[in-house]
Amino acid sequence: MKILVCISNVPDTTTKITFTNNNTEFNTNGVQFILNPYDEIALARAIELTDGGNGTVTVINVGEASTEPTIRKALAIGATDAVRVNAKPHDAWYVAYQVAQYIKANPFDLILTGRESIDYNGSKVASMVGELLDLPSVSIIKKLDIEGDKVTVEREIEGGKEVLTIPLPIVAGTAEGVAEPKIPNMRGIMSARTKPLTVIEPVDVKTFSEIISYETPAPRGQVKLIPADDTAKLVDLLHEEARVI
Amino acid sequence: MSVLIYTENADGKFKKSTFEAVSYARAIADQNNTNLVAISIGDVSNEELTALGKYGADKILNVSNAKLKNFINQAYASVIAEAAKKQGADVVVLSNSFSGRGLAPRIAVKLEAGLADGAVSLPDQTGGKFIVKKTAFSGKAFAMVELTSANKVIALIPNSYKVVEKNTTAKIEDFSVEGNASDFKAMIKEIVRSTDKVSLPDADIVVSGGRGLKGPENWGMVEELAGLLGAALACSKPVSDNGWRPHSEHVGQTGIAVSPNLYIAIGISGAIQHLAGVSSSKVIVVINKDPEAPFFKVADYGIVGDAFEVVPKLIAAVKEYKASA
Ligand SMILES: Cc1cc2nc3c(=O)[nH]c(=O)nc-3n(C[C@H](O)[C@H](O)[C@H](O)COP(=O)(O)OP(=O)(O)OC[C@H]3O[C@@H](n4cnc5c(N)ncnc54)[C@H](O)[C@@H]3O)c2cc1C
Ligand SMILES: Nc1ncnc2c1ncn2[C@@H]1O[C@H](COP(=O)(O)O)[C@@H](O)[C@H]1O
Repeated sequence: MKILVCISNVPDTTTKITFTNNNTEFNTNGVQFILNPYDEIALARAIELTDGGNGTVTVINVGEASTEPTIRKALAIGATDAVRVNAKPHDAWYVAYQVAQYIKANPFDLILTGRESIDYNGSKVASMVGELLDLPSVSIIKKLDIEGDKVTVEREIEGGKEVLTIPLPIVAGTAEGVAEPKIPNMRGIMSARTKPLTVIEPVDVKTFSEIISYETPAPRGQVKLIPADDTAKLVDLLHEEARVI
Repeated sequence: MSVLIYTENADGKFKKSTFEAVSYARAIADQNNTNLVAISIGDVSNEELTALGKYGADKILNVSNAKLKNFINQAYASVIAEAAKKQGADVVVLSNSFSGRGLAPRIAVKLEAGLADGAVSLPDQTGGKFIVKKTAFSGKAFAMVELTSANKVIALIPNSYKVVEKNTTAKIEDFSVEGNASDFKAMIKEIVRSTDKVSLPDADIVVSGGRGLKGPENWGMVEELAGLLGAALACSKPVSDNGWRPHSEHVGQTGIAVSPNLYIAIGISGAIQHLAGVSSSKVIVVINKDPEAPFFKVADYGIVGDAFEVVPKLIAAVKEYKASA
């Protein structure tokens, strides 16, 4: 079983998001970058599925050299090898196009992404890669099991779930429930330094979207405190003032 | 040119988020002086379809092919992209629902269209541009995205655009398409949808519990309050990590992002990762025994007190309000 896991390099979840250059650029000053939490889940499941020499796990990232610590972390967690497409990830379409090109030349049985990247939150890459390769894709899964050449996934839907069986290969975006993220151990960290990390150049492709600027949400006014024994007052305010009930 | 709206249904019924997306698409059609075509796929009654006219659809394409009864994103994308081509639609709108998120990117690739996922407001078309505001950084910010391609796909976040009723009627046309054989590899084995519970991403009101509630055995009062308000249930990450509640209720940066009219947080501290997923709620109520809890800084209304005393009192007050209303 050959598995490809797409990984992204994102600001740590505790980051306070600010912008520079007249709100046109994300301020990376002092920001720590991490492996996208959902990609950790994808990686953990890939490692479980290939446990005991039952295949390989390749991680791919579209990013500049600055993402290499995150790629090494994925290797330390247990990926077999890594590929970095040496380019700024312009948007999800650009990323998906690069990943799909790589897969065309190097086929995989299963392609995993995270459910979404926590910076641009598109949930787009999995479906776009699927479309580019004419493969089935499931964008947000909570469970994934493989039996022979078929995969059974549980997909999240509003107020419930859907179970699908699909012949491999497929592209799937993993969410919580698929696996518990793994923490690298000492041996993993040591071996990560020598595992293969191949850098390839991007293919040219036209893009269709540009981020023009950013905004931060308007701050809220002062909180109105209501005495703990006057819940009727709260109900009254929610009805009369806020008009939400 | 025209605008195409994909109207998602759940078990043959349209949801509020679908009507929001229709209203939104109508407004885009109006911006461009063009018509709005809706496409519905699956087993939807004529009566239900007619309702789409009320929100401004001029024409409804009804795809009732048995093979397409259940949602398969690959096949639905083929059908919608083909409809867009046949109708000459250059803007395709859909809801940023769970299914919409698996569908929109595939449509965008087929139409070589720029995709604005997670859209929260109408496009700004000043000067011939097409700029859409979308959520970014897990709700911590917004990005203004310019779509530079001729075709455009927009996935609208539920609860971000108000339903607008129009007094129009739409004519329903059958639209038949086959889809490609390779589109039907996925087989649906089971669909489980609880009908008695309000679905979290579309809910108007959300009642959420955190670690301050001490254990799953204490969720009875949270459920009662939610039931009275017609609210969906949510929780903080440690609550679902501990198995007190299912993962599908976990909200925040690494959970579901919600933007209800009212979010009631009980025994939740208000960590930055939690706030990311809930801060676009219109009104936030916080119940926490610690007056220093960070959540109070982003709340509209707050009660400093022990949840085990405050929530039962709140339940009583809501009951009283309901009885008098
Ligand atoms: C990578 C990463 C991603 C994360 N993503 C998310 C996410 O998506 N969503 C999320 O929620 N968290 C997320 N977290 C976790 C987050 O950092 C916090 O740990 C979490 O939100 C805290 O949950 P809590 O408020 O329920 O618990 P606590 O922080 O333990 O807070 C409990 C609160 O309850 C109050 N309390 C206690 N007893 C009572 C009582 N009797 N009555 C009233 N109040 C009481 C306390 O004063 C306290 O404020 C993430 C963390 C990391 C590292
Ligand atoms: N630059 C990137 N390189 C490789 N994979 C990526 C990159 N950006 C996003 N992905 C993958 O696509 C998933 C969804 O990202 P998005 O569509 O941006 O929400 C992420 O969880 C990653 O698995």
